Amino acid sequence: MSGLEDLYREIILDHYRAPRNRGELPVPPAHKTEGFNPLCGDEVVLYVELDDDGAVRDIRTAGHGCSISQASTSMMSAAVKGKSRAEVDTTIRAFKALMSIHEARLVPEGSSGDSDTDEGSAAEVNLGDLEALQGVVKFPVRIKCATLAWNTLQQALAP
Amino acid sequence: MTPVPAHADLTHLKADFPILDRISHSKRLVYLDSAATAQKPTAVIEAMNRYYREYNASVHRGVYEMAEEATAAMEGARARIARFIGAAEARECIFTRNATEAVNLVAHAWGRSTLSAGDAVVLTQMEHHANIVPWHMLAAERGIEIRWIPVSSEGVLDISGLDRLLDGARLLGVTAMSNVLGTIVDVRPLADAAHAAGALVLVDGAQSVPHLPTDVQAMGADFFVFSGHKMLGPTGIGVLWARAELLEAMPPFLGGGSMITDVRLDGFTPMEIPWKFEAGTPAIAEAIGLGAAVEYLEAVGMESVRAHEVALTRYALAMLADRFGDRLEIFGPTDALARGSVLSFQLGGIHAHDISQVLDQEGVCVRAGHHCAKPLMRILGVPATARASFYVYNDEADVDALADALEAAEKFFG
Ligand SMILES: Cc1ncc(COP(=O)(O)O)c(C=O)c1O
Repeated sequence: MSGLEDLYREIILDHYRAPRNRGELPVPPAHKTEGFNPLCGDEVVLYVELDDDGAVRDIRTAGHGCSISQASTSMMSAAVKGKSRAEVDTTIRAFKALMSIHEARLVPEGSSGDSDTDEGSAAEVNLGDLEALQGVVKFPVRIKCATLAWNTLQQALAP
Repeated sequence: MTPVPAHADLTHLKADFPILDRISHSKRLVYLDSAATAQKPTAVIEAMNRYYREYNASVHRGVYEMAEEATAAMEGARARIARFIGAAEARECIFTRNATEAVNLVAHAWGRSTLSAGDAVVLTQMEHHANIVPWHMLAAERGIEIRWIPVSSEGVLDISGLDRLLDGARLLGVTAMSNVLGTIVDVRPLADAAHAAGALVLVDGAQSVPHLPTDVQAMGADFFVFSGHKMLGPTGIGVLWARAELLEAMPPFLGGGSMITDVRLDGFTPMEIPWKFEAGTPAIAEAIGLGAAVEYLEAVGMESVRAHEVALTRYALAMLADRFGDRLEIFGPTDALARGSVLSFQLGGIHAHDISQVLDQEGVCVRAGHHCAKPLMRILGVPATARASFYVYNDEADVDALADALEAAEKFFG
């Protein structure tokens, strides 16, 4: 099952079995944001409490889904908790770049001039554990599972 | 319910399906997703190829030899399909793209000309989205009311409140077999109750026609829809059957060529049925392919198809219970005679996506998700299930491969 081990790396299974930051936060001061994957019914609920300067003071997660969406949610919460808004934005961009490698390859050559610089800067960010999710890009139908929590976070941070 | 012959050994049929020779992730392909779409026998593939190689021409127009051959082949397919489902006449069968388009045809042509604000349409909670959304769209446009026949915890329709639900209703829409639970619905008593209340009956046969003998008149249907691709035929072709007088009273659906007898600057005169509802150049090869699929199923015999699937479902239910016990939850009726060969299940706490991913590595194809029946999934209290479904070309070795792959999934996520 070599292909599977690319997808289900040990770190991912660890986050899936013991998700970090599960639970709820009182609303307010936290905001509650829900995200859905209409194709498979996966659901992510985020409770995000921001400082006045936009830093993520605290975050909790709820919802249900497959191991990839659950692990990605857990890893995301650990990666952004206590981080400044600028750090969070950089991490989101870097993670999305990681997930779009597959799509980027599908784009005809020469048509992605602008995003090159983006990916360049994103590649310099050390994503740590999150890089374990890179194997997901080999399984295109599962990319949406991995990005659900991140899209929901972006929604939560939107003004 | 149709009596089931004691035994039907169909193992020799596997050789008729070339795709089953395929290797998937270095394993023998074990295709257990026929409820989504069925594989095609050589006879169907060749019938379509023969049309394209030997007599490709538009139908109902040309006077040359090939055009006549194409027209005869397409209309021959229609007649065969009509006989197969017990229709009184071939002209009662309208070719559509699929079951979904057939329901939309009814909602547009019959619904819009007949229903107005306050009229009620009764559906069941285990309908496929194909028999829900067109009615939601009509409700938004016309203000009709949709009422729901509930599903019990055993996965069968709860008809205790049927008379109240049907009071004043204009249409009952019901699936003949659930694509999630496998539940077979005894349509006749429901149709009788609907007719007594003055309502017409639309039956979704997308899952039943491929697997059970069908008689649209005996079941009391007024409209009956199904898809070719789930019954060994090609994609892109489906059928709406309705009683001739209903079709004749309905306005056309799509407008254009082929569906008219006359077009003037101030209007048009529609063609007679079935062509009134078949605007534009039809899916000729697909109609011929579906005719070939019906011919294949007739040769096997629908009683034998059913007997084979009952035996296989019984084997699967017993073997899976034996090997997985309480860890495996199968939804729907536990009696193989009350259900089709569709098994939706949950294994431990493992998400359906993860199950199907591990199974894929073992060459086993199953479906994971909500199966286009979200209202039903909410009632079952699960966001997603994995679903294995069997057809004529599956055997006990395929069910064993499913169980082995499920064990691998348990090891991986245990
Ligand atoms: C019960 C039922 N009805 C309707 C449909 C719709 O079939 P199609 O997508 O071919 O139109 C399906 C297939 O998914 C089905 O299982």
